[in-house]
Amino acid sequence: MSEAPAILAEGLVKTYGKTAALAGLDLTVPAGTVYGLLGPNGAGKTTAVRVFSTLLRPNRGRAQVLGHDVVTEATQVRRMIGLTGQYAALDEYLTGRANLVMIGQLSRLTANAARRRADEMLERFDLTEAAGRAVKTYSGGMRRRLDLAASLIGYPSVLFLDEPTTGLDPNARAMTWEIVRGLADSGTTLLLTTQYLDEADQLAGRIAVIDGGTVIAEGTPDQLKSSVGGEHLEVALARGADVEAAIVAVRPYAAGRVQADEDGRRLSVPVVTAEGLTTQVVRALDRAGVPVNDVTMQRASLDDVFLSLTGHVPAPAEDTSDDEERSVAA
Amino acid sequence: MTAITAELVPERDVTYERSSVSHFATDVWVLTKRSIARIRREPETLADVTIMPVIFILMFAYVFGGAILLPGHGSYHEYLIGGMLGMGLAQTAPGVAVALVTDMSTGLMDRFRSLPMSRWAVLVARSIAELLTQLIGAAVVVCVGLAIGWRVHTGAADVAEALALALLFGYAFTWVGVCLGMVLRSPEAAQATGFIIFLPLTFVSSAFVPIQGMPGWLQPVAEWNPMSALAAASRQLFGNPNPAASVHSWPMQHPELAVVCWSVAIILVFAPLAVRQFRRKVLG
Repeated sequence: MSEAPAILAEGLVKTYGKTAALAGLDLTVPAGTVYGLLGPNGAGKTTAVRVFSTLLRPNRGRAQVLGHDVVTEATQVRRMIGLTGQYAALDEYLTGRANLVMIGQLSRLTANAARRRADEMLERFDLTEAAGRAVKTYSGGMRRRLDLAASLIGYPSVLFLDEPTTGLDPNARAMTWEIVRGLADSGTTLLLTTQYLDEADQLAGRIAVIDGGTVIAEGTPDQLKSSVGGEHLEVALARGADVEAAIVAVRPYAAGRVQADEDGRRLSVPVVTAEGLTTQVVRALDRAGVPVNDVTMQRASLDDVFLSLTGHVPAPAEDTSDDEERSVAA
Repeated sequence: MTAITAELVPERDVTYERSSVSHFATDVWVLTKRSIARIRREPETLADVTIMPVIFILMFAYVFGGAILLPGHGSYHEYLIGGMLGMGLAQTAPGVAVALVTDMSTGLMDRFRSLPMSRWAVLVARSIAELLTQLIGAAVVVCVGLAIGWRVHTGAADVAEALALALLFGYAFTWVGVCLGMVLRSPEAAQATGFIIFLPLTFVSSAFVPIQGMPGWLQPVAEWNPMSALAAASRQLFGNPNPAASVHSWPMQHPELAVVCWSVAIILVFAPLAVRQFRRKVLG
């Protein structure tokens, strides 16, 4: 089974009435990677995760986790996966430890193993002190940690993290990132959905951008960034500098059309990265007598990728209306 | 936080090799323990089967009871307990609904569904926890009853039959609760709907007042109310005053059979509905 990809999806379709949440999704997630599913609200990320984690049956297409079909071999799949959804799925009235032991036993650990594993997880996620308290007294960050611990208790080979940092404060968010990095190092395959471009950029080795229920781009963050124009130099001209002279001076180094902003204070120069390029451009401007405040190398961000692929910037979390329309159109 | 290293599940720690019956039993046991742990941590969740019946018994025995005249002049305190038993047990149904809706809406049910466990165990464990709750409720009613002067004038077999009928009745209403839990979306809605159903069910019956005192158009409703059947059956089996015995309608003349029929009918209607919803929402 070692050659089987961690997750394989072929032509997945899931419709709700007339709305297609998934419209023929294809995806291959190699084992041992952190894979980001990036897309706005309503793009189909959560639906995809729910199909992969056996919570939803697709209308068409098929999906496998480590070579096992999520519909016909659901029990095998459930033994290998962990799921952390957008909300902490815990029993509020039980203690942190009781929650973990319960989920461990339901994951088919023996009672003793479940208790040992629960204590190990509490220690690992810094929850030992709060272990004897009811979950409803936990803070948001503690719940999230306990929820992650719960999804790891059954030794999953593939872990699904559905928007793991949505609604978290910056501290808790940083902590979650740290945990995700640690898990990635352990060889667990992680499928992470997010609508935050920086999160995908920070954590994922590969990213699939999904919109309208299909994958519209796939690759490493670097590949995705270079697919939309790669790097450019931002030249900030000093007050009174001659814009025309500046454009002429930098043109030999440009890989495309040099653009100046409206008030003639900034140039954007598309370039192909090369050793010492920035220095050469500064010298050329100096020779032409153009005073410069600043020259910086800018790489395309995933925001640019997203914008160029979808024609819109990612929607904020609350605004789902137009995303639903897009899903319908797809 | 310690460093996280690669880990595989040790073979001796998992129970994959056990039979599916053993797995099912484990799942039911683990989930039942969960419900009991909740009760132990927050005993006030049992208020509906402990404090409520006490308040009702005391109120009806000492406040309203004096104004209620029983046809045949029996003791109202003795009359009351047969009615309270039915109310105390049916009262737990909204609790089942609230518990299930909570599991569904917090995402805990989704977590269960992503585990290699039996999903039916969720339902079975819930009904076992409910049965325990109902036993506690029945014990409270009996104890408070004894304290206010209620006595049994028959034998142990009759008492056992009365309690068995009451638990069957309570079990039937557990399915009503499961059904509500599957259909409704928030714990508050489950609570409110339970109240709307059980208030008239309890009060338009012979649970607290004799049917003979109700207006003529309402009497048939009360006579055919399953709560009246259980009240009449309990009173008859305990040897308590049972004015309904003189009411000429089938359920009041055959209250024990009526309780069985009602319970079976309720189970036949609500269990398949609940199971269908459960299949759709939980088995997916």
